[in-house]
Amino acid sequence: MRNLDRITNPFNDDKVIANCGIFGVMNTAGGKMSGRDVIEAMANMHDRGNGLGGGFAAYGIYPEHPEEYALHVMFETQRAREETERALQEWFRIGAQEPIPTRNTRGIANAPILWRYFVEPLQEEAIPPTPDGAIALTPDDYVVDRVMVINTSIDGAFVFSSGKNMGVFKGVGHAEDIGTFFCLDEYQAYLWTGHSRFPTNTQAWWGGAHPFSILDWTVVHNGEISSYGTNRAFLEMYGYYCSMHTDTEVIAYATDLLVRKHGLPISVVAKVFAAPLWQDIDRMPSPDRETYTALRQVYGSLLMNGPFAVIIAHQGEMIGLRDRINLRPLVAGSKGDLLFLASEEAPIRLVCPDVERTWAVQGGEPVIGRLFEGIVEPGVDRSAVYEEPCIERFYGHKGQREVHSLSGMRAAM
Amino acid sequence: MRQCSFDVHAYDEEDDAIVSADDRCVGCQRCATYCPTGAITIRLSERDFRLNANWRPEHLMDIKRQAETGGVILTGMGNDKPYRIYWDHLLLNASQVTNPSIDPLREPMELRTFLGAKPDRLRFADGRLLTELAPQVRLEMPILFSAMSYGAITYNAQLALMQAAEECGTLCNTGEGGWPRDFRRFGKNVIVQCASGRFGVDFDYLNQAAVVEIKIGQGAKPGIGGHLPGEKVTPLVAETRMIPVGTDALSPAPQHDIYSIEDLSTLIYALKEATNYEKPVSVKIAAVHNAPAIASGIARAGADIIAIDGVRGGTGAAPKVIRDNVGIPIELALAAVDRRLRREGIRNRVSLVAAGGFRSSADVIKAIALGADAVYIGTAALVAMGCTLCQQCYTGKCAWGITSADPVLAKRLNPDIATRRLVNLVKAWSLEIKEMLGGMGINAIESVRGNRLHLRGVGLEEWELETLGVRGAG
Repeated sequence: MRNLDRITNPFNDDKVIANCGIFGVMNTAGGKMSGRDVIEAMANMHDRGNGLGGGFAAYGIYPEHPEEYALHVMFETQRAREETERALQEWFRIGAQEPIPTRNTRGIANAPILWRYFVEPLQEEAIPPTPDGAIALTPDDYVVDRVMVINTSIDGAFVFSSGKNMGVFKGVGHAEDIGTFFCLDEYQAYLWTGHSRFPTNTQAWWGGAHPFSILDWTVVHNGEISSYGTNRAFLEMYGYYCSMHTDTEVIAYATDLLVRKHGLPISVVAKVFAAPLWQDIDRMPSPDRETYTALRQVYGSLLMNGPFAVIIAHQGEMIGLRDRINLRPLVAGSKGDLLFLASEEAPIRLVCPDVERTWAVQGGEPVIGRLFEGIVEPGVDRSAVYEEPCIERFYGHKGQREVHSLSGMRAAM
Repeated sequence: MRQCSFDVHAYDEEDDAIVSADDRCVGCQRCATYCPTGAITIRLSERDFRLNANWRPEHLMDIKRQAETGGVILTGMGNDKPYRIYWDHLLLNASQVTNPSIDPLREPMELRTFLGAKPDRLRFADGRLLTELAPQVRLEMPILFSAMSYGAITYNAQLALMQAAEECGTLCNTGEGGWPRDFRRFGKNVIVQCASGRFGVDFDYLNQAAVVEIKIGQGAKPGIGGHLPGEKVTPLVAETRMIPVGTDALSPAPQHDIYSIEDLSTLIYALKEATNYEKPVSVKIAAVHNAPAIASGIARAGADIIAIDGVRGGTGAAPKVIRDNVGIPIELALAAVDRRLRREGIRNRVSLVAAGGFRSSADVIKAIALGADAVYIGTAALVAMGCTLCQQCYTGKCAWGITSADPVLAKRLNPDIATRRLVNLVKAWSLEIKEMLGGMGINAIESVRGNRLHLRGVGLEEWELETLGVRGAG
């Protein structure tokens, strides 16, 4: 989408400065929920946004197309749609295509043309070489590459979702209105995330709302990444070009790089984005000390510095993470198989009045909910375990795994 | 009177008065500083040449001196010509509202830096790290002491630098003049140089250091070798450099085993073999016009660190015409090299160390934002020890005991006081860097590395902003 500068962040540093509300809910047993609750939760945090952007990601919504990449695309003009469709036909087998259903909603205006395509890359021999002559290695790589091509070179077209059996829905407006506009109450997903924006330096652009995504990775983010310039420069070396003019994008790309390409476990990725302080690393026993040192040495440029709270999701997993010095809020809650993450405790209690426990996620400690495994990381300080007296405090001495966050809230796992 | 090492003052017995030979004064401030009654003031002497914008007094004096001597005019310290100093046209960012600034007095603020080649990725299996990293050296702050060789600076001056590096948790570069035996105890904090003269290079020299640096060039005299006159080659200097006492120590202009990039690669790997691949190998070049391409070649030749020395880099002795006219500013070279290495996807493979006229902590953090991993400070370190930039280092008459050849003068530098002053300087700059980082809302130095969004240019032309990769302010 070459003309981004006209319609989105026209200001200096390619970085949207935004305050935001984020929410996520996952049924780790795989049970599905409609979007009604997540819309209600976002409405509860109405004042965290200012109507300049809202969005949702939903996982498990296209069970009828489990193996096809669901491309959600926004077009400024019919011409852009025609051009994009010609390109898609050349690159992919298109299983189905249709306008994304919407309904007239107060507060939502100037919607772009919204379509979705369920596609599969053509057989490998039919995949044309990428512009630099290299053949894309995997279907995933190929899809990423084509998405980058559309977003950077087709004027007026923007792919905002490209994963399998999941979708991103976003636009300009308050989050709850965007949810209503996209009829999210009619979708069934086992994992929802939502986002409302309070951008301070950008004009409204539909593509600039959260979640940001690449393949089935989505990110909703509250914060400002002061290390954006460093992060972006590092990612460019690995072929990721930030086209969306926001700092959140780097989290999505960095996650894709580290998890999909470099094969790092997500719990390790969290320690790259919110690295432990050197003073803590120095106290760790071997080999953790060497491991964390190497992580900072090699991936120091992907440290997300500055205030942030993010919910990163992909198929089967939801991860909550705060910056390492707790500058932006993130609260977790659980009830049975449900894991909640939110900027505030109120929306959790609103949609789940009988929530069993809530706790403050600790800076730099990921909360990880995994399909069929439950809450695999609670989001409290594991490094404290290295200090002998803390072992009992954190894990109990009667064999019962008990976790306390710093604020004294409890979450028996 | 005795303070002056340039024979300015003399006692006239007949008149019972001190007379001054003003034209000998180099402006080193030694006499004024040590005058017990504060009676001495040094003023710039007005030459009576007719004003001429083209034929300035400096040109006339140089021509007259050359007409007398027929020789090359020597000088010391860095380029003093008013080429644009880009640091003075770059301004830093700070947080307001949307991003809280961080108070370094209350929150951790991390300056730790590792120099060495980084792999493009790490590999894990079952939560265990499989990747073995190339050797890394740890710095507690991104500031190192630049190469200043024993012989060019005094024994005490080098001792102070090494003691300070050890205390600060950083590195000190021996320069190319060997490494006195007494100083080998500082090995963990020492970079040894392997330059064209190969002075003092042996197995022990390489293996006791933390880093081995191949010196191709330096900012003050790109493309030029060195010459330590025989009078300066005292027994200890001779032993350190492994040459006979009293002989001239000549560093050829090129390294005669490096006539090409593949030759450089051979030397890099020879040094790695000699040190069992346990030490990063650095290659230092002067910032010249095609520095980006050269840096790319050096990275691909196997170096772990590239040091780039800009046109304002200092020296103990250099032909004035070279010092003042050859090379490019470090700001432009650094930005161009960093960009080139990133475009080629090999920036991780090397650490970049910038050198050449860093005057303050602001210059340091700006260099890091332009892409440096760390910076070398030489002149600033000398100033901390007492230097006043009188540019007479090559004469061996340094009145402050820093570059003096005369053992009596050399004793003027108390190494422990000098150490304390160096440590203070580095600590002060570190504190200031932490304040600036905190202001930006950043609490680790790696998040500002190559982060040009935190810089804005003022008073720069379009092409300069483009080369620096920095946007104009406003």
